[in-house]
Amino acid sequence: MAKLRVGWFTFTCCEDSTILFTEMLNTHWNDWKDKIEFVNARILKANNKIENLDVSFIEGSISSQEQVDKLKEIRKNSKTVVAIGACACTAMPSGWRNSFDEETKEEIKFLIDRYSHLEKVEPLKTYITVDESVQGCPMNEERFLELMEKTLSNIEK
Amino acid sequence: MHQGNFDLTLDQITKIEGHAALTLKVKNGTVEKCTFEIPEYKRFYTQAVRGKNVTAIPQMVSRICGTCSNAHLLCSINAIEDALNITITEQTYKLRRLLNNGLIIRDHALHLYVFVLPDLYNRDSLLEFDEDIEEEHELVHDAFAIKEVGNLLAKWSGGRSVHAPAPTIGGFLMLPKNGEQEKLILKLELIRDKVIKIIKIFEKCNFEITEDILFSALQDDDYDFLGKTIITHENACVPARNYADHLEHVVKPYSQGSAYTYEGKTFMVGALSRMNLSKEGIHQNTKDAAASALNMFPSQNIFHNNLAQALEILHCLDDSIDILKKLEIKDEKPIPYTMKAGMGTGVIEAPRGTLYHRYSFDDNGMIINGDIIVPTGQNQICIEKSLWDFAQKNLDLPKEELSHEMEKLVRAYDPCMSCASHFLKLKIE
Repeated sequence: MAKLRVGWFTFTCCEDSTILFTEMLNTHWNDWKDKIEFVNARILKANNKIENLDVSFIEGSISSQEQVDKLKEIRKNSKTVVAIGACACTAMPSGWRNSFDEETKEEIKFLIDRYSHLEKVEPLKTYITVDESVQGCPMNEERFLELMEKTLSNIEK
Repeated sequence: MHQGNFDLTLDQITKIEGHAALTLKVKNGTVEKCTFEIPEYKRFYTQAVRGKNVTAIPQMVSRICGTCSNAHLLCSINAIEDALNITITEQTYKLRRLLNNGLIIRDHALHLYVFVLPDLYNRDSLLEFDEDIEEEHELVHDAFAIKEVGNLLAKWSGGRSVHAPAPTIGGFLMLPKNGEQEKLILKLELIRDKVIKIIKIFEKCNFEITEDILFSALQDDDYDFLGKTIITHENACVPARNYADHLEHVVKPYSQGSAYTYEGKTFMVGALSRMNLSKEGIHQNTKDAAASALNMFPSQNIFHNNLAQALEILHCLDDSIDILKKLEIKDEKPIPYTMKAGMGTGVIEAPRGTLYHRYSFDDNGMIINGDIIVPTGQNQICIEKSLWDFAQKNLDLPKEELSHEMEKLVRAYDPCMSCASHFLKLKIE
């Protein structure tokens, strides 16, 4: 049986959903190990590729053009893209700076310029089509499991 | 040794928490540049907390880092309680200690099994261990079992293992149920042999990089990660609230993390420092079960940070069993307090080392300023020093192998880039 080719990516965030996901492996890996192949998961492995992905789970918001380019590359190589957690879905709480007053924006401007941040922190959907979302900070565990089961059953068909 | 010049760039260091990169430039057989870079984009939490009410701060700053979230939560609560002169009850202290123990068990197990162990077994990932080889099969299952017990302990004491909702200023919003302590004790006891096994694996591991650096940690008599005094192996003894006065911020223009020295010296925080400075406080059952491993400390071998973490898992397990055996939950409400202007400091030992939060706020509890110093920022200069020293001594290695070995060395420090990129120090310009 073909395995589900999975990518797990993160952008600007605290990676709480990534941690939650690694903890979900504690009780679910036995069921998933014959059904899932991690093609890209920086937290789990060194050899990572962005190609021919059945599903890409993406945590975090988008802060720079470099991230926009990578996000689009992931989208181009993924059948399904799932936004994981609050930052990917809404840009918050990583996007605090979007709502800073002018004085605070001026205070951080040198760093925005030095590290080539975009003017605003954005959710994934600003730049790509997102097929599914798992809201929450961290992500809602039950919703994620539902989605994983649905995706796995599609592969089995 | 390589003749001529060569560059080595590793854009994405894997099997660590967050995004990091390293660059090496060699000219005529000499390292000319070696940088450890944190390209994680800043989220400006130090600015974001200003003008927010202190009651919202613990849950807000726990979002600095997913894996260390409960350490940030507890540290910020400590800082606010310090400012408001709140003295917590014994039950609150014990529940916080259990929550922190759960974090240490889960977080160290993630690092040791998921990030480091593949290097010892020449595998790309723990998930690629050969299930037909008994030892490898067992280790995969040990990893999940130990991490899960750390999770359960944190869930029981704090309501969740990531961004725990129960801890609050003065106590707990929700309390765990009585009657579940025995089940937890049983689960903790069931993983004990597995933890002893991983201690032995790291005790035998021959990875070695020694560094002549300063080791620093919070001291406590019974190794509770919540002590009151900072000590160093040069016998400095600093009240925790004055810790930041001894740190100097160092600008690394290629890195979005803030780096530090301790009184101008390269220093290290984390499990290796704690074990070097406070191993007498380790639980007696851990001392009995792992005497030979404990005898390897004090150590200047950076890779012994892994062994120290394995020992800390066992200590937290034994400590938690002791606490749970005597803990009968009473229906306590958080200590009431009157809001007033103040400034407070919280310092705890997070899994990766000393974590410092300081806030000042007005009579309405609105934050005027916040300052947060994380372990990875404190270790950043030391990480670079080790990478530089290692590269200079091993230029004869094939580039791919050199890159892999340098990545292993970074992993030994267990850096956390989510923490490191949360904020900035404005006085750097």
